[in-house]
Amino acid sequence: MSNPIFSVSGVDSGYGQSQVIHELNLDVGKKEIVAVMGRNGMGKTTLFKTLMGIIPSIRGSISVDGKQLDGLEPYQRVQHGLAYVPQGRMIFSNMTVVENIQTGLPASAQGRVPEELYALFPVLFDMRTRKGGNLSGGQQQQLAIARALATNPKVLLLDEPTEGIQPSIIKDIAKSLKEIRDLRDLTIIVSEQVLSFTLDIADRFFVIDKGKFVYEDQRANVDEKTISQYLSI
Amino acid sequence: MGGYSISDLWSIVVMQGFSGLSLFSVLLLMALGLAIIFGQMGVINMAHGEFMTIGAYTIYLFSKVTEQYFPALMPYYFVIAIFAAFGIAFAAGYLVEYLLIRHLYKRPLDTLLATWGLSLIMQQIFRTVFGAREVSATLPDWLMGSWKPTPDIDIPLNGLFVMGISVVVTAAVILFLYRSTWGLRVRATTQNRVMAGSVGINTKKIDRVTFAVGCGIAGIAGATFTTIASTGPTSGSLYIVDTFLVVVFGGAGSVVGTVSSAFSIAQAQSILTFFLTNAMGKVVTLLTIIIILMLRPEGLFTSKVRK
Repeated sequence: MSNPIFSVSGVDSGYGQSQVIHELNLDVGKKEIVAVMGRNGMGKTTLFKTLMGIIPSIRGSISVDGKQLDGLEPYQRVQHGLAYVPQGRMIFSNMTVVENIQTGLPASAQGRVPEELYALFPVLFDMRTRKGGNLSGGQQQQLAIARALATNPKVLLLDEPTEGIQPSIIKDIAKSLKEIRDLRDLTIIVSEQVLSFTLDIADRFFVIDKGKFVYEDQRANVDEKTISQYLSI
Repeated sequence: MGGYSISDLWSIVVMQGFSGLSLFSVLLLMALGLAIIFGQMGVINMAHGEFMTIGAYTIYLFSKVTEQYFPALMPYYFVIAIFAAFGIAFAAGYLVEYLLIRHLYKRPLDTLLATWGLSLIMQQIFRTVFGAREVSATLPDWLMGSWKPTPDIDIPLNGLFVMGISVVVTAAVILFLYRSTWGLRVRATTQNRVMAGSVGINTKKIDRVTFAVGCGIAGIAGATFTTIASTGPTSGSLYIVDTFLVVVFGGAGSVVGTVSSAFSIAQAQSILTFFLTNAMGKVVTLLTIIIILMLRPEGLFTSKVRK
């Protein structure tokens, strides 16, 4: 690929003595949406935490827009254009919706939430003074995405965004993600177990199995059956 | 309670209540600092009392220097000295976090030991520098005397002053926590450190500033403390147990909880010690707190949200 905006090469990672991710390579282009599919326990979350710097990588290198991120703290990776929506959303439940979004804003924004975030997720505007913890699962997911977008990322990492969310909101989220990709030239990497959501948004598919990519193909060549085979137990 | 008339009792309750308010003010300032440090970093700062002593000695030094060299400024030095007390305790806290605490965040038991050791070291430094005897700052005249709303009731002015300071500082802390960017980051870090880092907050820097601010507030507590008692090397350690009680009872991380728990503990002790003995007053207070904590293990105030 010419000039990938996000590049992972030869990354090993794990917890203590046990290695979970083995020599992973991934190049993602600008405005591309990539889906990482895999069953539970195959290393999706470990991969994302490694990319974000929450778990240190053992080997290999990660770069965003040509800048090396190796050894940097998570907050420094955010400054270089990486944003993260973790599995389980992890919003700040004791803080209001506005405050949750403000945590992601850079200092230059002076605490003002950009209009376009509310335009993408109108429900957040209606709920702006509510505590994050009192939102429904789907609303919390939208809040977590808005909070990540507030950091003005070049690359957005979404870890299992559809987990435990009702189908109509999953469709909304898919629509918003495509909208924001076009609006901001955003690159998105999303991990999933549910195929319908990723078939709707992704340009390219990977399947992760025991910490390695075992399958890769473009959306056009992928049908439900091929990937389902990998996801079935 | 035989031998007291109704009006006697009323005066006693008002005056003891007021001395309870002075105790409340000092406890509140101490607990505020301890609570934000514990809430954010999970560090139990055993040396918190010594940061209070730093504030108290700052006032003492300022009063001596002013008396010696600028006697004309005596009425005003106290106000400047309070800011200095905050500044010096803040700087000391910043240094301690950088040299000691930050290396121990992942070992909570070790921070307990390390800060306890630190408190012993600081006490010895005070003893070496200022001597083992208690010292008193010369207070400006406007802090002396008392206010008598009725012939029976005697309310000391220094008590009113202490209360005023703690109200201002508490309001400032609440304002900072809930209205400033720093406060937003502190609250985010308190709730979920990993996630705070992942939205771009430099949690290590926030930790250092928060620790220093907590110590600075203890310094102010020490400054106000000089108006109601004299200062010795171990003055701070006398308050630390009550301060821990306040934090645990109020529910760590809740400012409203800290305020109301400081209030109830200080009032209970002050009024009970008048009618019972000093020791019995403490026993009754402690027993009540233990029973309430058995019923509400998370403290008086915890916010209600989905977990």
